[in-house]
Amino acid sequence: MHLQRVPGSDHSLANLVARRLAGAVVLFWLVLTLTFALLQLAPGDAASLLIAPDASAEDAARLRTSLGLDRPAPVQYARWIGGVLRGDLGVSLAQQRPVTTLLREAVPVSFWLGTASLLLTFAIGVPIGLAQAARRGRPIDHLLTVLTTTAYAAPTFWLALALVALFTYGASTWGFPAALRLPAFGIHSPAGNPGGWLGVVDLVRHAILPVGILSAVGAAGIARYARSNVADTLGQDFVRTARAKGLTPAAVHFRHVLRNILPALVVLFALALPGTVAGSVFVESVFAWPGTGRLLLSAIAARDFPVVLGATVVYAGVVILANLAADLALPLLDPRRRG
Amino acid sequence: MTASDASVPAGRAYRLRTTERMGAGLLLALTASVLLVPLLAPGDPLAIGDVLSLRLLPPFSTDVEGHFHLFGTDRFGRDVFVRMMLGGRVSLAVGVLGSIVAAALGTAAGAIAAWRGGVIDRVLMGLADTMLAVPRLVLLLVCAALWRPGLTTVVVVLVATGWMGVARMVRAEVLGVLARPYVESAVALGASPPRVLWRHALPNALGPALVATTLGVGNAILLESGLSFLGLGIQPPQPSWGNMIAGGRDVIVTAPWIALAPGLALILTVLACTLLGDALRDRLAGAEEESMRLGA
Repeated sequence: MHLQRVPGSDHSLANLVARRLAGAVVLFWLVLTLTFALLQLAPGDAASLLIAPDASAEDAARLRTSLGLDRPAPVQYARWIGGVLRGDLGVSLAQQRPVTTLLREAVPVSFWLGTASLLLTFAIGVPIGLAQAARRGRPIDHLLTVLTTTAYAAPTFWLALALVALFTYGASTWGFPAALRLPAFGIHSPAGNPGGWLGVVDLVRHAILPVGILSAVGAAGIARYARSNVADTLGQDFVRTARAKGLTPAAVHFRHVLRNILPALVVLFALALPGTVAGSVFVESVFAWPGTGRLLLSAIAARDFPVVLGATVVYAGVVILANLAADLALPLLDPRRRG
Repeated sequence: MTASDASVPAGRAYRLRTTERMGAGLLLALTASVLLVPLLAPGDPLAIGDVLSLRLLPPFSTDVEGHFHLFGTDRFGRDVFVRMMLGGRVSLAVGVLGSIVAAALGTAAGAIAAWRGGVIDRVLMGLADTMLAVPRLVLLLVCAALWRPGLTTVVVVLVATGWMGVARMVRAEVLGVLARPYVESAVALGASPPRVLWRHALPNALGPALVATTLGVGNAILLESGLSFLGLGIQPPQPSWGNMIAGGRDVIVTAPWIALAPGLALILTVLACTLLGDALRDRLAGAEEESMRLGA
């Protein structure tokens, strides 16, 4: 959030970009090291879980050799880092397929789920925060505070189950119209993808509940943040000047206030991403979406360490990229941060 | 914080006290009920009785033995309300313990990083940044998967993944304080570095750390329930809100109360922590503003 400005030093934009990029690369390397260290710290290794209890010592040794687990830790570390650099994350122990192949199938599902949810999160959350700040202390502000704080407190997986109950059990009990009987599982109808526009409609109907839940919880957090941020901005002198020169409230809010909190919102985008990722793990689990979260969970259940590590690396990479993007966007949006 | 806030000190102060009362009152009520309800309940809430006649009773029903079930019974005929309160003991204890220890660890790490600087600072903050780059839930899942799930693992893992934010904040706060003139005079008067840290720097960092801890309790409870929901946290038959919700998942269509009731307790608890944390933060901001006005 804070960029240090050293007086007298020459930090051009290109210099800043280069430093941020280098920082991101170092951070990614540190994450790779951390995941490797975690695996080393854990009791037992991947082989001890794969070996049948009645296997002979020779079989066990052969398996360890084939997995490279008999090598010293530094060698294993070098192989892990080298593999990631070549885009090779190993082979899934449970499925006997390359981890990168599994991720290539799962990541797009999570990516679109997350992107749609984040867009909606901001589209809903920011206006609510603005409206609250503009009517601070009035009943509507209190009502929205109660709503956003409650939604913020609700666990994603519980909301997901509650909506499943409402749209399956409730819909048949209270006779919802057919359009409101939303499917609660998967991304396509069991009959398969009908293709064309019907396919799109089918996908959207399946996406309404997962995306809706992720956006509602996310929007509550954004609204809480935007409210306090806008309220602070509204008290500043330039807003009083804008009002004093006779601008309409809408002009004050959109041209002056929104523009001023834009950098904060960009930072918030990077901050909101891990929350969306965490939420998507639960949502994919409850709604049976074949995304990265579900892949990670099934890998954890099967103790499939290469897949667990691969998914972790992807998640960390996304967070690091989002932070980098926010860091780079800030100087473009806010001239004061160009150093 | 600005002039417009300062012009309405009375209204502000009053509103603060209301949210504080609401948050603290709600937390107290929840704590009292998770402690008392299982004690007052007839029979052992973990025991499984006559399953066929007791199972899946809807809320507000009375069973054949004449016991009243506020939130109905689960598939083994156990009272959902009593189990919910029992699970609340675990959830509250894990949340409070996890976030307090994490905050203490974070405060120590942040203070040491700011005080010693150099390599120690870089190592500690590098570790913090690295761990912050992985979404906390993913980090929790990986750790919970590598070690055997259970109460101890959950608390340890919550602490291990929860100290970074507080550490960064305390470090910034302590660095700010160390640059102030009164620290310089304390040093000139012969105060030792640990004394400067303990008497001058840390008290200033305590407020933000307290706010982070309060908000952290709610967060930790949510994460614990999430882990337990996925089967990687508290293991049945010991009830926790998360594994109770998971237990009601299969019957969500026929007996939705089993999964929905513990969620309400969860929401109320996290809401209480958020209200209290927000109120404390506002109060802290108000106090800072006050001291700046007086100092100017």
